[in-house]
Amino acid sequence: MARAAVPGRLTARLAWRAARLVDVVVQTPAAHSLTFEVPGWPGHLAGQHVDIRLTADDGYTAQRSYSLSAPADGDHLELTVQRVDDGEVSPYLVDGLEVGESVEIRGPVGGWFVWRPADAQPVLLVGGGSGIAPLMAMVRERRVSGSHVPFRLIYSVRTPDDALFAEELRHPSTVGNGLDISWVHTRVAPAGDPRPAGRITVPDLIAHGWPADFSPSCYVCGPTGFVEFVADALVTLGHDPDVIRTERFGPTGG
Amino acid sequence: MDPDDSDIDTRADTSEALDGNTLAGPLSEVFAVDLTAATSRCAGCGRVDAVAQLVVYGPDPGWVARCPGCTAVVARLVRTPDAAWLDLHGATSLRIPLTT
Repeated sequence: MARAAVPGRLTARLAWRAARLVDVVVQTPAAHSLTFEVPGWPGHLAGQHVDIRLTADDGYTAQRSYSLSAPADGDHLELTVQRVDDGEVSPYLVDGLEVGESVEIRGPVGGWFVWRPADAQPVLLVGGGSGIAPLMAMVRERRVSGSHVPFRLIYSVRTPDDALFAEELRHPSTVGNGLDISWVHTRVAPAGDPRPAGRITVPDLIAHGWPADFSPSCYVCGPTGFVEFVADALVTLGHDPDVIRTERFGPTGG
Repeated sequence: MDPDDSDIDTRADTSEALDGNTLAGPLSEVFAVDLTAATSRCAGCGRVDAVAQLVVYGPDPGWVARCPGCTAVVARLVRTPDAAWLDLHGATSLRIPLTT
């Protein structure tokens, strides 16, 4: 089971730290991966998130949480943010914040939706849309740590163009070596895809997940409806509810 | 919305429910351990869930965490400029995993 204590957290309360934007990768027109430099960053677990706080000139503050999408690289950490047009924070992070500028970050936080390389069970990751972000951190953590734990990732997107991390996930060096990736396209499937476009189904989870008697750890992240469908389906397929971990991304985001 | 609108899904800033994962930061102001990995027992129906799995509304005017089974309020957390108010009357117990 997950341990609640977070490294380095036993005595000091988490402080807000200045985080300077040092790099931007455009994943899709609406979703950017942002790399921040945070001096003294203590490191984090795959699946953890941070809170970001913006403060306006008049003192008004807005605070949102975003998943870390990669393992820490020294003082550098990567978030992936999808713009929500009527949001208070995400439009600024995607369109307004420029390299060299800073925001306030608190974290890492969250000790439940996390994967540790020491965990030996096979892993099933099921992501919808930008819900891939914390799952991407797990895929990358597995690679960085040299883990041989078998992973299966099922990634649901509307169209091929809506996939985040598409280049990396489709790169021949990413798949194999114990990582299988399956795609679900809900609106438009690529030419030649034997699977017609449509929402994720129980047969998708049977074909591309693990049998329940393999006792995999299951991580499901995406919009609420997606998460609830997949979690219920996994229970129906015999998976122990205790090994299914879910994270809902609000449908209209921040 | 279409429940499978997979590309509209960042967190927060929404009138729709989030889950308890998003409380990790706000609760870290109060607790030295990560409380989202704890389990809580609902005072309304007795159901036990990880705090991360509670149905959460917020952040303004405060966080409200409801039982996914019976929708009773399990916890409320309000941050004022000089204090945090934590109302746990909807939880009969919390089980917090600890290492030795």
